[in-house]
Amino acid sequence: MSTATVQKRGFGATLWDYLTTVDHKKIAILYLVAGGFFFLLGGLEALIIRIQLIKPDNEFISAGLYNQMFTMHGTTMIFLAAMPLIFTLMNIALPLQIGARDVAFPFLNSLGFWLFAFGGVLLNLSWFFGGAPDAGWTAYAPLSVQSPGHGMDFYVMGLQISGAGTLIGGINFLVTIVNMRAPGMTYMRMPMFTWASFVTSILILFAFPALTVGLILMMFDRMFGANFFDPTMGGNVIIWEHLFWIFGHPEVYILILPVFGLFSDVISTFSKKRLFGYSAMVFATVLIGFLGFMVWAHHMFTTGLGAVANSIFAVATMAIAVPTGIKIFNWLFTMWGGNIRMTVPMLWAVGFIPSFTIGGFGGVMLAVAAADYQYHDTYFVVGHFHYVIVGGVVFGIFAGITYWWPLLFGKVLNEKLGKIAFWPFFIGFHMTFFIQHILGLMGMPRRYWKFQPNESLDIGNLVSTIGAFLMAIGTIVFIINIIYTALKEEKCGTDPWDGRTLEWTVPSPPPFYNFKQIPLVRGLDALWVEKVQGNGEMTPAEPLGDIHMPNNTFIPFMISLGLFIAGIGFIYQVDNKQWLIVGIAGLLITFISMFVRSMKDDLGYHVHKEDLEKGAGSK
Amino acid sequence: MKGWMGKSRIVLLFSFLMLFLAGCGDPQLSALQPKGEGAQASYDLMMLSVIIMAGVGAIVTIIYVFVLIRYRQKKGKEDYVPKQVEGSKSLEIVWTAIPIVLLIILAVPTVQKTFMLAETTPSEENKEDAVVVEVTGNQYWWHYSYKYKGEEIQTSQDLYIPTDQRVYLKLTATDVIHSFWVPTISGKMDTNPGHNENEMFLNAYEEGLYSGKCAELCGPSHSLMDFKVVAVSAEEFDQWFNDMKNADPEATPETASAQEGKELFEDQNCIACHAIGNSPAAVGPNLTSFGDRAEIAGIMDNNKENLIEWLQHPENVKPGNKMTGKYGNTEAEKPLTDDEASKIADYLLQLQPSEVTPEDAKEEK
Repeated sequence: MSTATVQKRGFGATLWDYLTTVDHKKIAILYLVAGGFFFLLGGLEALIIRIQLIKPDNEFISAGLYNQMFTMHGTTMIFLAAMPLIFTLMNIALPLQIGARDVAFPFLNSLGFWLFAFGGVLLNLSWFFGGAPDAGWTAYAPLSVQSPGHGMDFYVMGLQISGAGTLIGGINFLVTIVNMRAPGMTYMRMPMFTWASFVTSILILFAFPALTVGLILMMFDRMFGANFFDPTMGGNVIIWEHLFWIFGHPEVYILILPVFGLFSDVISTFSKKRLFGYSAMVFATVLIGFLGFMVWAHHMFTTGLGAVANSIFAVATMAIAVPTGIKIFNWLFTMWGGNIRMTVPMLWAVGFIPSFTIGGFGGVMLAVAAADYQYHDTYFVVGHFHYVIVGGVVFGIFAGITYWWPLLFGKVLNEKLGKIAFWPFFIGFHMTFFIQHILGLMGMPRRYWKFQPNESLDIGNLVSTIGAFLMAIGTIVFIINIIYTALKEEKCGTDPWDGRTLEWTVPSPPPFYNFKQIPLVRGLDALWVEKVQGNGEMTPAEPLGDIHMPNNTFIPFMISLGLFIAGIGFIYQVDNKQWLIVGIAGLLITFISMFVRSMKDDLGYHVHKEDLEKGAGSK
Repeated sequence: MKGWMGKSRIVLLFSFLMLFLAGCGDPQLSALQPKGEGAQASYDLMMLSVIIMAGVGAIVTIIYVFVLIRYRQKKGKEDYVPKQVEGSKSLEIVWTAIPIVLLIILAVPTVQKTFMLAETTPSEENKEDAVVVEVTGNQYWWHYSYKYKGEEIQTSQDLYIPTDQRVYLKLTATDVIHSFWVPTISGKMDTNPGHNENEMFLNAYEEGLYSGKCAELCGPSHSLMDFKVVAVSAEEFDQWFNDMKNADPEATPETASAQEGKELFEDQNCIACHAIGNSPAAVGPNLTSFGDRAEIAGIMDNNKENLIEWLQHPENVKPGNKMTGKYGNTEAEKPLTDDEASKIADYLLQLQPSEVTPEDAKEEK
């Protein structure tokens, strides 16, 4: 059931296959397509923002539209681009890295994707129905509650639906790692990407509920007349800030930790060396995850929490620099003494190290509460978080997609085009965001529609805008590379990178059941161990036997579609109560789908031993 | 490819150097040119952290460059398998311990300054003489209510403060969260609606006119919510305070046009929102010293032409402001005729109760 055979089945059948699939590799492709689309959309919004700020007092777009633009840029990039693209990477590699045939709950994997997709579409529908959200991706109350029109309603509904998808995905990966590891794959033999995904999943499990609580309070304020955030009725606006950042700060680590793990694998593979200080890296990852929950109030130093709270959160935030520093040095010493192959994934990794280090420096500077009173809510912060999110997460996504592309499509992305994509993006990235630190210090607050002509901010903003266009060029070359590779490149076969971990023991692309026989893991870097000590192949941990696989199902799509329809109904019942019918109809679709799922026995099917011997499914 | 990377870095370096040589921004606006106690404290910490980060950065850069040059795969060595090193306990301890020491060096002054900047109530002995200002953020303007030597005055937009002493601010907002920021004098503090009143102080070292900004997203005109801080000597401040206190809102303007403007101002019910004099009502900005304002609407030079533009097309100047549609013929293209707007402008621009103006502060710079 590789892509080649799928293509022969015609468009309708392929579409149906993807709508109903529960295969983690196909769900990875779904996440890639949807996340990639939203990444381009968010990038387009970014370019519009930068065009507006190319010169002082510019009138390119109106003030109201500008607020919608940066709100949607932030929301789209975090929730609808970065998160799903991280899930793409987890879905491609995680089950393969631990020697599993799929995730623990294939049905939930599909449900998580469709919830995310429908939530994202719902959020973006706001552009066509009277205006997008305009209170910033942080949606501070009471601005977000008072925001006219339905923009913020779409935000509240869209994020609740897609957030449920993310939570489900996180739980699924957590259970997968705990329960589905191949024999011999102890925790301390897991690849760093798996470790990072494990910690990330725990963060998702604890962080997303805080956002959901906040969104529900806001939903009641906006749509059902509650007053949680209305001070004149006894509410308090600061509650939202706390709830948002109790989610929001761990969210940053949810995005960056998997990328840390990925880069550990990439750097180790392309240096031909074992990861330096593996156990220190594991410890640092867990510590970052833990501290990530202790520092949310550093986003609120100017909220007025007082000197005691500010000092505690300042010191706690600084502490995060220690495990992060451990990671940077361990990466450098993994390369030290190695045999470094400058492939495209490695190039992104090598670009990532200095970029993220600068981002980290900005982070420590921001932790200094008494200095943060100057940085807070300025372009210094904008520069900082783009250094960690773009220089970290986006570089990581580019690296990861390139690295694992063979597992999805059986081909290695063209190396030359990959490098041509890297350079404009890398240079443009530093041009765009380094200067923003300085702009912030020179007095430019963030979320400014205009700056004035006599404020000495002109050159910096111009440089930043030029950089943004260079990044766009890099992205376009990356897309050209995908098309070129699909048309021109040859199939690459098994293990194209001379890998060290289990995902490279299966053919590229892998058969739908991943492993004909579950492998026996004999150490860290399981494949490398076999290459050095054995015949270069994994020893099977089980005799060849029937493989139990889950059936495809359309129910996750229906559950999500129902919530999508219900969301629209609840948004518009504010204007006209008759829309409640739509809301209830949507919920009925969801509940009936859930009922069918519960009542119908779906025991899956078996791939028979005889067929496996004949090589069914592998090619 | 390496040369390419090197060149781009040089270009980048030079563009940043140019910016620094240009003086790190506008001297009225840049946090890199501190002229007050708070801004200086933040700046000192900024420099300390930059120095520490630069040190760490240098070490990382040296290792990074060395590793990439030395250990990059050479031609013919494709099959070379390096030694599979597990790690090094002593190295791990080194790069755990040194950052901890560096962070302690940074954390101690951080905590000290954080507490110093939180000293927001006047001490017992100067309680009588301290200037206390209640700052209120509104979409998209600032109201100030002064309490000084037992007296109270109201004003908006231009915040007059005496130099070389702490002026204590109590900050709230009426509608949404704003953030009060005068980068050259002090870091920012949010103004929250409701019961979460915040406090800070301003202590300007030099007389001058300083730019202030709103730093928390507050709606479409968030970027246009600028204000000024007018730092003058203690004597000038006293004089200004007395002039403001004694300003007569009923005084008859000198010119006929301004007199008609005053009548129009009342007829159009501008007075319902805009107080002139020391009434604490503050639905819209207090206009007692409007003629002296550094800017109109926070962003335009204070002259008659701009004022007429503001009165006739408020929505074009500040989208989402709350004055639009509140007066005149709202059906017409302009709510006020050219003649009406001109007369009201004449009236407003002659509201100059004090000799002490932003111009004084500007000149002394």
